[in-house]
Amino acid sequence: MSHHEMTAEEVSHHVRTYLKVFGALLVLTVITVGVFYLHLPIVGAVVVALIVASIKGSLVACYFMHLISERGLIYWILALCALFFVVLLLLPVITDHEAVGTVTH
Amino acid sequence: MSKHDTHADHHHEELPFWRKYIFSVDHKVIGVQYTITALVFLMFGFALMMIMRWQLAYPGQPIPFIGKYLGDTIALDGILSGDGYNAFGAMHGTIMVFLAIVPLGVGGFGNYVLPLQIGAPDMAFPRLNMASYWIYLPGGIIMLASFFMPGGAANSGWTSYAPLSVIATTGQTMWLLGMVFLITSSLLGSVNFIVTAVQLRAKGLSFFRLPFFVWAQLVTSFLLLLAFPPLEAAAVLQLMDRVAGTSFFMPTGLVVSGVEQAHLSGGGSPLLWQHLFWFLAHPEVYVLILPALGIISEIIATNTRKPLWGYKSLVYSAIFLGFMSFIVWAHHMFMTGMGTTLSTFFQATTMIISVPSVIILTCLIISLYGASIRFTVPMLFALSFLPMFAIGGLTGLPLGLTASDIHLHDTYYVIGHFHYVVAPGTIFAVFAGIYHWFPKVTGRMMNSTLGRLHWFFSFIFINGVFMPMLFQGMAGILRRQYDQSEQLHGASAQGLSVMVSWSAWLLFVAQIPFIINFFWSIWKGQKVGANPWEATTLEWAAPSPPPHGNFDTVPVVYCGPYEYSVPGKKTDFCPQHVVA
Amino acid sequence: MSAAVAIPHDMEPHPVTGMYNGKFGLWLFLASEVMLFGALFSSYVLLRMGAPEGTWPKHGAEILNVPLATFNTVVLITSSVTMVMAWAALKMNNIARGQLFLTVTFLLAGAFLVVKYFEYSEKFNHFEVWLKEPMVVDGNSVSSIRGHLAKDCPPLTKETHIRAFAIPEFILLDPDAPAGSKEHPPTLRIDGGNIRRISDFGPAHSTFLATYFTLTGLHGLHIIGGMVVILYFMLTGSRFAQKRPDKYADRIECTGLYWHFVDLVWIFLFPVLYLL
Repeated sequence: MSHHEMTAEEVSHHVRTYLKVFGALLVLTVITVGVFYLHLPIVGAVVVALIVASIKGSLVACYFMHLISERGLIYWILALCALFFVVLLLLPVITDHEAVGTVTH
Repeated sequence: MSKHDTHADHHHEELPFWRKYIFSVDHKVIGVQYTITALVFLMFGFALMMIMRWQLAYPGQPIPFIGKYLGDTIALDGILSGDGYNAFGAMHGTIMVFLAIVPLGVGGFGNYVLPLQIGAPDMAFPRLNMASYWIYLPGGIIMLASFFMPGGAANSGWTSYAPLSVIATTGQTMWLLGMVFLITSSLLGSVNFIVTAVQLRAKGLSFFRLPFFVWAQLVTSFLLLLAFPPLEAAAVLQLMDRVAGTSFFMPTGLVVSGVEQAHLSGGGSPLLWQHLFWFLAHPEVYVLILPALGIISEIIATNTRKPLWGYKSLVYSAIFLGFMSFIVWAHHMFMTGMGTTLSTFFQATTMIISVPSVIILTCLIISLYGASIRFTVPMLFALSFLPMFAIGGLTGLPLGLTASDIHLHDTYYVIGHFHYVVAPGTIFAVFAGIYHWFPKVTGRMMNSTLGRLHWFFSFIFINGVFMPMLFQGMAGILRRQYDQSEQLHGASAQGLSVMVSWSAWLLFVAQIPFIINFFWSIWKGQKVGANPWEATTLEWAAPSPPPHGNFDTVPVVYCGPYEYSVPGKKTDFCPQHVVA
Repeated sequence: MSAAVAIPHDMEPHPVTGMYNGKFGLWLFLASEVMLFGALFSSYVLLRMGAPEGTWPKHGAEILNVPLATFNTVVLITSSVTMVMAWAALKMNNIARGQLFLTVTFLLAGAFLVVKYFEYSEKFNHFEVWLKEPMVVDGNSVSSIRGHLAKDCPPLTKETHIRAFAIPEFILLDPDAPAGSKEHPPTLRIDGGNIRRISDFGPAHSTFLATYFTLTGLHGLHIIGGMVVILYFMLTGSRFAQKRPDKYADRIECTGLYWHFVDLVWIFLFPVLYLL
């Protein structure tokens, strides 16, 4: 029942964390857009953009969605999900790109 | 609509009819709703196939009795047209897989039996459960309504390969919309099942005391949860192609009937559809078979009066099966020219996935060894399930090997192979389950003589349908052909086609005892108590039929699921809720 | 609802998962959503890697409006914060404050959609014409021209069966200003005979825009779904919260989980579609 007995102090501590995360997210948004205007070569741009997006996503998942204070099982389920997600993302890699977009005779 | 003041007494409130039987939140009512609806769809899908079988056995001849009622687009002068044949074929597959078998195995049996077997009062989210059914039903109705669209129902096969499906008639749009409904329904259902199985287990019912049926449902739900969304994505993309004029699956420079499709932006990939479709559709195979294996395990344990042999191997195999099913999908695509390296990888994973299937089958067969078997009707179906599933599984191996697949791909051999898995496999398991749990649902037994008739003739004729297909396939006759007798090798095997068709029609006749038995037993069947089969699992601890809320007292579990013939006990079974 | 049965772990966490039913169910639902958007992202990468030369923009910003999208990113992140603040307020039994934050979240979501509406409608009024024979515009020979239809251009019609614009007899087009200048070239008259294909910057324009509209459209539907739920709690929440404050906080927590996920999807959509 600990879940329902959060003290007001704990909650206000949470609130301070939320505001810090909010600040971090705004800074990271500015960084993403700023880096775009530098017009890096494509590989660099993709790497930077995805790393920043992943950090932002992790912040949202860990703090706003409280994933950081959850317990075992859900991590396993999400890990399974992440694994199949990666399998899905392998689709483009394993596809023969000569065959995409054109009719082969 | 009772005359009593329904607000006066909160403990014995009579719900109005529509809340009790139509928009019910009780998992048992919803399970029965799923079962009845899916059986109707099963019958309809079977009917479509029986009409197609006329064209295959007697090409170009008017269909007797019903041909003149089918309308000019489907059957001009009573002769099934090519377009009608295609639509029937596509809809037969779609209806059987998505509207009949999955709703029977998961929606019907899962809903009814799973909460009872884990000692729960209901599903974790009763109203969500109701929503699942009421999303499934419109999905099915949209699918069937497509027969009345201009150009008829979807006719690009149940796999809806692009670009053919993108340029097909309006029925295909209905098919996609229907799929979005069915997928949503399945997703809601699978969330509900997982939460229920994990969180609502009775006290003492640890994971390794769960009946195998519950494990099978749990793995199935994970497959539905994680494999269905990519098909939903694919359906959305194809819908965009058809409705918004995009080119996700339409390549640059596509020529249709000699006309270049200049209005397309192009750049799409037909292979993308196949990847996304089979990413679902291979796990879907296990969605079809795992609940069936769960049902069969329960029935075998009960009727052999022995614990299942290798319970833990069964559980681990089911989990491994579920996991592997996500990385075998491209063995459906060996012939797309995706490259030998990739084919070799998927050939290897396909061979690996056959191992857990064989373990499960072996465990079930060894369970029979040394038992004094009760040859009840459900057990007869279960016993015939085992060799039928074995034939279905083993005929799959030559299809998983790239070299032999070149010859067998898209022939009747494929049709024979997977029908052996789902028809005498899953559908026999469904019948077994209906005979097994009918006394729980209604409080009455089904008639055993009619049941035996049903089993015997079904068993004979279903082999008459699918065994010749394996031979036809090896002779090189292609599936989805409107008239195979036009080709020389097809004409020489025409006799087998006639045999298949007559077996199919007689298989229908063999279902009549079941239909009579089903309705007769609801009202006239022999009345029985809570546990007529002397089984151990928790559903038999509830009254027959169980009331809303299921158990009179909340059950506590003291032992494993299959404690039969324990030495030194008075009875040959120790129910899970009884202190040992 | 006296007919309802009491479901175990409706409120208190289960020892195996550490969660009550609703929260566990919502996480499972989100796992399936990951696979849904995962499949779409994967399709995007596949189509982009295989795109024929010159059919995919160098980056989305060539066509799309980055400042508007940046603004929308900030709006959505803020709405995520207000959502979690609503939950925190309810946890501290401050119902009025919780409802206020909920309302702010709803308004921010609305603002996101309004901005999206302007982004979309701009695309549907912008056209590209692909030519059979190149034309000279502003001294350059070009095979396709982008611009807005001139005021006195006859309206375009769509051929319903192929869902594309019919080739008109002629069109009058105000071409876009070339890069780095504000001056529009004079209105062009293009004969239908020289038009290979004409399209607005809608989904049918190119595979890039098809992906853009599908992904943002689906995301937008998720926003609308979330707004419907939030609106429901705005209207009925305070009365329910008086009766069962804990249950209400749980409901808002679940709504929040969904809402943060929608935010999370946008955090990836924004760079992938607009900046790469």
